[in-house]
Parts: sequence; structure tokens; C-alpha cells
Amino acid sequence: MASSKSSPKSTAKPSAKAAASKSTGKAASGRAAKSKSSADFTPEEEMQAYRDMLLIRRFEEKAGQMYGMGLIGGFCHLYIGQEAVVVGMQGAIGEGDQVITGYRDHGHMLACGMDPKGVMSELTGREGGYSRGKGGSMHMFSTDKHFYGGHGIVGAQVPLGTGLAFSNKYRGNDRVCLAYFGDGAANQGQVYESFNMAELWQLPVIYVIENNQYAMGTSIARASAMTNLSKRGDSFNIPGAQVDGMDVRAVRAAGEEAVEFCRSGKGPYILEMKTYRYRGHSMSDPAKYRAKEEVNKMRQEHDPIEQVRVRLLEGKIASEDDLKSIDKEIRAIVADAAEFAQSSPEPDPSELWTDVLASVEG
Amino acid sequence: MSIKILMPALSPTMEEGTLAKWMVKVGDEVKSGDVIAEIETDKATMEVEAVDEGTVEELLVPAGTENVKVNDVIALISGEGGAEPAPTPAKDEPKKDNAPAAAKADAAPAPEPVKTLAPPSIPEGTEFVSMTVREALRDAMAEEMRSDDRVFVMGEEVAQYEGAYKVTQGLLAEFGDRRVVDTPITEHGFAGLGVGAAMSGLRPIVEFMTFNFAMQAIDQIINSAAKTRYMSGGQMSAPIVFRGPNGPASRVGAQHSQDYASWYAHIPGLIVIAPYSAADAKGLLKAAIRNPNPVIFLENEVLYGKSFDVPKLDDYVLPIGKANVMKEGSDVTLVSYSHGLTYCLDAMAALEADGIHAELIDLRTIRPLDIETIITSVKKTNRLVTVEETWPACGIGAEIAARVQAEAFDWLDAPILRVTQKDVPMPYAANLEKLALPNADEVVEAVKTVCYR
Repeated sequence: MASSKSSPKSTAKPSAKAAASKSTGKAASGRAAKSKSSADFTPEEEMQAYRDMLLIRRFEEKAGQMYGMGLIGGFCHLYIGQEAVVVGMQGAIGEGDQVITGYRDHGHMLACGMDPKGVMSELTGREGGYSRGKGGSMHMFSTDKHFYGGHGIVGAQVPLGTGLAFSNKYRGNDRVCLAYFGDGAANQGQVYESFNMAELWQLPVIYVIENNQYAMGTSIARASAMTNLSKRGDSFNIPGAQVDGMDVRAVRAAGEEAVEFCRSGKGPYILEMKTYRYRGHSMSDPAKYRAKEEVNKMRQEHDPIEQVRVRLLEGKIASEDDLKSIDKEIRAIVADAAEFAQSSPEPDPSELWTDVLASVEG
Repeated sequence: MSIKILMPALSPTMEEGTLAKWMVKVGDEVKSGDVIAEIETDKATMEVEAVDEGTVEELLVPAGTENVKVNDVIALISGEGGAEPAPTPAKDEPKKDNAPAAAKADAAPAPEPVKTLAPPSIPEGTEFVSMTVREALRDAMAEEMRSDDRVFVMGEEVAQYEGAYKVTQGLLAEFGDRRVVDTPITEHGFAGLGVGAAMSGLRPIVEFMTFNFAMQAIDQIINSAAKTRYMSGGQMSAPIVFRGPNGPASRVGAQHSQDYASWYAHIPGLIVIAPYSAADAKGLLKAAIRNPNPVIFLENEVLYGKSFDVPKLDDYVLPIGKANVMKEGSDVTLVSYSHGLTYCLDAMAALEADGIHAELIDLRTIRPLDIETIITSVKKTNRLVTVEETWPACGIGAEIAARVQAEAFDWLDAPILRVTQKDVPMPYAANLEKLALPNADEVVEAVKTVCYR
């Protein structure tokens, strides 16, 4: 875990060092990370993080472009700016651990290892999509990759994720569930119903609050009586920490501590990821509720990918040419996905009537 | 002047009980608050406290007597001079204004109760045992929990209290608190938690204390449970049973007295079951627990304590989606479900006396609706009356009427009529509640109308 335990009140002051500040809960000794400090990545880990985040960034840029071309319908919520959160957390969990999230879910799916072609062609509503075109942007699942959606009702994934953790405990395995939600969902009542049961029954669930500062167009200060979301578990005795969600190393370090806590049977944990989305809430949002300067400042000073890029170059881990060739590789993957998503046929009309109910034989 | 001690009701739906034990004997002095007796039903045990002071004069019902009717005099206490007489029990009051059924029944000899057909699909020679709907539901859960470790039951008061309506009696003792889980009062949360557990392969039975409280959870039931299979292109399901009492109870007012059948029947991706008899309750609950889809299992508080013959079979499972022709008839088809059938059975007894032979169909499953069985019957009788405890607008009868007129228009000799709850929130006052609910007379009237009699 990153070194700083100093300032519980520090808000998102992105810095690689002050990774996470604990807010509350049980005796700190019970959760101090005994494992190696993983704030520092190996060169291989830095390269992998760069690659994974870049894939999400380029994928989302392409999705935005295709939305503009009318190839993607309905709602499309882009993850650009928040890439370090899912990539860092994915590095903290292991095989079989579950992931569930809300509607801004493309990044989570790619981080879970789902195929960009399957995701993109779900966005275009084609047969090759993860839900064969019947789910759309907000409703994709992969039981193989332990990704449980993709949920369009704000906050609904929180009891569902708590239920996934319940099944882990019921089965007596040591799996942990990551239940992601945003600062907007953090005000839903069912989140607190879940917190209560998770702590009461000591369920292995990590509530990852992606605080990107805006619930659609409403800033957190205008919507939340208490804006330190890591303390939202206080009245349930759930420990929480604020994390610089723009720094993939800080995210993974905090994630590892939380995972160890949950896996050892100590119950739920809250991680508040201070992050930022560069784009509007959805494609139709011009984001006039915030200053352009605010966005530009985040992009220029705290971009999660740029941070890794600088370290790679300064640490002489990779050359400009190396990074260019990675970028080219990623662009090719995304271009393939986009091509597949346009060439995959629309679902057969007979699909209208399938998958409503499972047959009893099934 | 003696004070009459009456057999008390533990709930508005209790009609009789066992006087388990006297805690006083003749000659004892009692004062207000003293426990004088213990009474039992299949659901609960409760102490009877004295509300007056005096000396026990006479114990009229011996300890251990079963089937003591509510409001029967069970003891006399000699009060101090001037003690007020016990209030007259409500059920003895004449209610001529609002009780045409009773008036009519007095005028003519009571018709024979309708004998219904034995359920099909039971082998010849099968032994039957009498049990309550409550016991049948419990047995269904216990049997499925014994055979499948993925099955667990959760809800408010299901474990230590053994169920607010005592449906989960004995389950905690047999299966322990891993599989019989008391929840906080948090319907939205535990319904969602159950759906999540189902998504990862467990088979939760989520009990709602009543379906009125499931409104808190309806987003998780519809958006998370019902739609997931479709939204995931068949990749994931939520095999879960949501069960609990549904429909009008007795004297509990508007917020606790509503039939939600049509709410859930509206939703593709849900199965909706509403059994009437104990045998159907058992066979269908077992089928629901095994079914890979989300199932809404609507029970009825008023029916919980009613006894029926249940086939004594190791594994009695009924098919979902099959209505039951409870009684064959030639003149009119009556379609109902759950407690609505009680009005039909009462009405049919009266109709038989008038020479009208109704065919009675118990839907058992509301969704998918067994329209074939209804159509087949309508083609025989050419007349249809539906009976339900929901409101008329967009109700089950409305759906049936729409489908029957589309598929059997030429066979109908009269308009389809519906008998429903009146289109008002449930009132509390006894007379108004009675007016709001359907009754046998309304069924008789509707049948006579479609038979042009």
C-alpha cells in the first residue's frame, strides 16, 4: 500500500505518492497491507498498464466516432479519463473474482479481457455482440470472464454485486466481488441497504466508487451532503479509503489492500476512486456544466495514460518508437473491432423471441 | 354478574383454534393482565390475558379442546358489582344490509358444497394426506433444500421467528442459518442480493413478508431478474423464486391488501404462479424452485390455514403453465385463481341448485397463461365469466377476455363478464371491505347474465 496515511481529508490531489488515505472503520492494524508495496510497478507492469489503458482510450474514441456516424444507437457512455481505475483494480484481483458495474461499462469489459470485437458489435447491435445485439451498450455480460454486467438502473448493480459476494461466502470459496458504482449512484438507498447486509454478513465485496465528480450534470457538491464518499460506510463500520484514481499504481495498491482484507474474511471494503471523465455523461451531453479549463487541466496534468507514458520514457523502459508501435498495434485491434462491428449482420428476426425464458430442459 | 371470556382470534383470518392449557382454575382470583389460558393455531401459540378482575367461576371448554370457534365463550368470571358485560362479538351482529348472500342462504336450504375433480397426473391408488397450504409450502421448500444445496431461503423473520405467517416453520432447525437467512427490513436490498446470488448459480427463495412490500423491490425483480436473460443473449439467468402472501387479507387496509398478479403477469421474463390448494402449492413451488427462470409465487394469507388432500408421493411436482379444470360443466366457464376460487365454489353450489352447471378452471399459473384450456372450455360452454381479487383495469380477466374474443369469437354466445375487486383502494371498515371484494352473489349474477337467466 502506498505510504501516505497522513491526511484523511485530502481530496483528489493526484499524486503518485499520496495514493490513498484511509478514512474510517475498524482498527487500522487489521487492514494494514502486509504484502509488498506495489505502488511501484515493474517495467513489465508499466508496459502492460499502458497497453491496457490505451486500448480502452482508443476503443472509446472509436465508439464516440461511430456514434457520431450513426452506427451506434441509444445511449453511449464513454470511459475516457477513468482508465486507471479499472486497469489498476483488475491488476489487484485474481482469476474467478467477479466484476459488476453500471452503465459506463466498456472499460470494465475490456479490462476483464472481453473481446473488443464482441463489445463493439454489441454497441452496433449486431449478431456478433456479447448479447447478440439484444443488450446494447449498458447490458453486456461474460460469465467466462466473470463479468456480470453492465446495468442500466443507477445503483442496481450494488445489491447484485453484494449477492455475488454472498454466493462466494455461501459456497465457501475465497472469491471477491468488485462492485463498481459512481458518485451519483452513491446517493441511492439500495447502496446503503447493501452496505448493511455486506457488513452484517461479512461478505467479500469491494465497493469501488468511481467519483468522476459529476452525476450526469450535477457536481458532487451539489448532490451530496458529505462529499468524502470513502466515509459513506462509516455508520456500517465498513473501512474505506480515498484513492487517486488517475494513478494506476495507486489504484492497484489500494485495490490489493482491499482484496486482501476481503479475501481473508473481514467483510466489505470501500474504495473511493477520485477520477474524472473527459467526455460528457453520454454522447448527447455537451457538458456545459463545467468549464473547459477544468477539463483541460485534468487532461494536461493528470491524464492516467500520459503519467505512465512519461514514466516509461523517463525510466528508459520504452522509447518513443516502442510506444508508437504499441499505439499502432492498439489502433489495429480497435480498427478490427470497428470493422467487425459493421460487417457482422444484424440479429436474425427470429432472435426477437428467443432468450425470454430458459426452457425447463435447459 | 358474570363476565364472559371469549375465544380470541390471533389474526383477522383465524376462525378457530385449540385451547391448549388453562393457567387458572375455578375459584382463582384474577386481575387484569393475568394469563388465564394458552391457545394455539397451526401458526402460533398465544397467551390469553384477563382484562377484568374477579373470581374464575367456570371453565366452559376443557384444556386440549381443538377447533374452538373464535368468540365462543370459554370461561366465566364473576366480576365485582357493576362490571361491564363483555362486548358482543362482531360476528354475531346482524348485517342484513350488506349481507345478501347470508340472507339468501337463510331463505333456502344450504346447497351442497361443490365436489371438485381430483387433480390429474396422480397415479391410481395414491394415498392422500390432509395438510394445510402452509405446511405444503414448507414441505416443498424443505424437500428441495434437501436435494439441492444451492437452494436457500432468505427474508424477514424466516429463520428464528419461523416466518411471519409461519410458512418456514422448522427450516432453521433442519438447515441452519447458512441456508435459512434472516434479513434486515430491506426489501430492495435483499431482493437485489438474491438476484445477484442467482446470477452466479445459486437458487434463492426470497420471501416477502407480503407482496405489498415487494413494491420496494420491484425494480430489482423486473429490471434485474426478469430482463437479464434477454439482455445477455441467453448467457445469464436469474433462477430465483420470490414468494409470499399476496392479495386481500382481512381488515388490514389499503396498503396491505392488494392482488399483484397482473403487475407481474405483465412482464416478459417472469413466471407467475398463484396456487389455490395445498397439493398445487406443493407441486408448483417445487417446480418453481427447480425452474431456471425468475418465478413470482403468489400465496394467499386467507388460504394458508385451509386444509386439502395432498398426494403422498416422494416427489410431487406439477407442470408450470397448466390450468386445472377443477370441475366439469356444460353451461358456462368460470375462470379464477387463488382465493378467487372460493367465490366460484360457493357460487357454483347455488347455481347447481338452479340447474346451471358451470365448468371451473383454476389457472394455477398466471404467466404463461394456459389459454388453450380456457378456449377448449369456452368452445364447449360458449360462455365465460372471470373472477379475481384484482382491480378490473388491465387485470387478469381483461387479458383473458381479449384473448378469448380473438381466438374463439364465433363460439361465444354472450359477452365475457368479469367479477373483480371494485375499482377503489381497499377500505378498512368491515362493511366497506366486504363491498369492495368480489363475492359469490356477484359470480351468480354474472353467470345468470351470460346464461340469459
